[in-house]
Amino acid sequence: MAKRIDISGLTAYYGDFKAIEDISMAVEPRSVTAFIGPSGCGKSTFLRTINRMHEVIPGARVEGKVMLDDENLYGTGVDPVSVRRVVGMVFQRPNPFPTMSVYENVAAGLKLNGRYKKSELDDVVEKSLRGANLWNEVKDRLNRPGSGLSGGQQQRLCIARAIAVEPQVLLMDEPCSALDPISTLAIEDLIGDLKTRFTIVIVTHNMQQAARVSDRTAFFNLSAVGEPGRLIELDDTDKIFSNPSVQATEDYVSGRFG
Amino acid sequence: MTAPPTDKETPAPPPSQVLLSDAKGSTRRGDKIFSGLSKGSGITLLLIMAAIAAFLAYRASIALADNEGNFLTTFEWDANSIPPKFGIAVLAFGTVVSSVVAMVIAVPIAVGIALFITHYAPRRLAAPIAYVIDLLAAVPSIVYGLWGALFLVPHLVGTYEWLDRYLGWTVVLSFDGTAPRSLMTAGILLAVMILPIITNVSREVFAQTPRLQEEAALALGATRWEVIRMTVLPFGRSGVISASMLGLGRALGETMAVATVLSPSALLSAEILQAGGGTFAQNIAASFGESGQFGRDALIASGLVLFVITLVVNGAARLIIARRKEYSGANA
Ligand SMILES: Nc1ncnc2c1ncn2[C@@H]1O[C@H](COP(=O)(O)OP(=O)(O)O)[C@@H](O)[C@H]1O
Ligand SMILES: [Mg+2]
Repeated sequence: MAKRIDISGLTAYYGDFKAIEDISMAVEPRSVTAFIGPSGCGKSTFLRTINRMHEVIPGARVEGKVMLDDENLYGTGVDPVSVRRVVGMVFQRPNPFPTMSVYENVAAGLKLNGRYKKSELDDVVEKSLRGANLWNEVKDRLNRPGSGLSGGQQQRLCIARAIAVEPQVLLMDEPCSALDPISTLAIEDLIGDLKTRFTIVIVTHNMQQAARVSDRTAFFNLSAVGEPGRLIELDDTDKIFSNPSVQATEDYVSGRFG
Repeated sequence: MTAPPTDKETPAPPPSQVLLSDAKGSTRRGDKIFSGLSKGSGITLLLIMAAIAAFLAYRASIALADNEGNFLTTFEWDANSIPPKFGIAVLAFGTVVSSVVAMVIAVPIAVGIALFITHYAPRRLAAPIAYVIDLLAAVPSIVYGLWGALFLVPHLVGTYEWLDRYLGWTVVLSFDGTAPRSLMTAGILLAVMILPIITNVSREVFAQTPRLQEEAALALGATRWEVIRMTVLPFGRSGVISASMLGLGRALGETMAVATVLSPSALLSAEILQAGGGTFAQNIAASFGESGQFGRDALIASGLVLFVITLVVNGAARLIIARRKEYSGANA
């Protein structure tokens, strides 16, 4: 269950403000692609165009194409709701549903998709929690509120919730930025496991993290505040961090700016 | 609904004020004055309330001592005849029925309008709708009463006849075509009256649903309605209950509007579409003017019962809200 993403000529607006301009890139299935760049350069905006979450903000719109294998997510007649069922997302701050238990949180996406027998749900919940390396920590309190877990556990709960519906693609927007180093390490390990099953795109402000978890790295930048962000360079992670072909990338990854 | 003031806003002493003890001393004095003031006004308030309660209970006990009927089970309210005979059976029944009708009609509609304003209506439309509903909350109840008597009563006849045709066999909804100055009509009027307050409070609560929660549901592939079901309604649940209690409080105690549309009678009848019945507040409004000292004391006794009912209802609501506190959005 993983698909290739092929994006071409993608431009996104917030009202009249053009946040990102003319971005094209391809993401191979079962790989991890990291987005890096100074804050405000449009990494989150770009990520959210891949599951059509950008357009839920009033006034926001998108131009361009996002192909998932050979289907254009922005084609006419494509329902954004069904796009989001195949392109899952994990947010910067852990956001389990506070009114639901651990179990209900993981099962939430499945319940949207149709009726399941209790035993089927049980299986998926266990499998997803194991997949998110959380099962051993929560198996005795599946019926406790999800918001009672630690921050790192909540984030893994959100990952379990996202993978429970078996998406094709998993998007993560700085999933560790609100976590302590140990929880961060747990999630980075998890990303290594998950990429055998999903196509993963992760935004990170932490370059060591990008170097540790990703196969490919995309560097974004903007020429000035108020100008749209652009994709500067996309290449194998090793190459980006050792020998990038663009000077701006070199400056950024070596810490000379940003 | 303004945010409660927090102590975080206490201004820090300016940097020039290097003497720590000085700075501390002045805030301490401020604290003391403030805590003394608030303690004092709290105690004063409690004392005033206790005095009012004692006075009312004393007057009520005078009337109850000479009551020929049973205060709880007697139907008629003849507090001014000799010997006096009065009971709250009809009033309690009418109060409960009209309020239940009002809640059953108003709460779902109010929640629907609130969701429409916060989650469906385009922004250009949402603000004016909210504004109009705010205005409705400010209309005096006698105006609603007049509208009820002059418009609602005659126009409900057709609806009630239709109900009677299909559901008349239930007895509760049977109707003989006479002017429906009834508990049902009072309930419908009350529903209209409490709709704005429930809508407004619910709207404010729904609008505060954390964006992050709604996005979590959206990202799972939830439709707009599913987002509401998964995040907005659970988050707003206790707020809607509180809003409904505000509305119920108003419905239970509404005086003029009910007195204007109801034809009171000493009948306790299950046929709630038919004219007749009474409520605590309506009975007080209708009987107070023609009552002597004793009759007024009897009305005070009925008022105390209404007060107890309101207290019980509020307590029950608090219990419901507290029950699922650990699952509430508050700890998100
Ligand atoms: N909801 C929004 N409304 C208007 N502008 C926004 C919104 N979110 C982000 N932006 C703007 O879009 C640009 C890109 O933001 P973002 O994608 O969050 O950057 P990054 O994730 O790289 O830090 C910034 O200039 C930001 O101010
Ligand atoms: Mg961001």
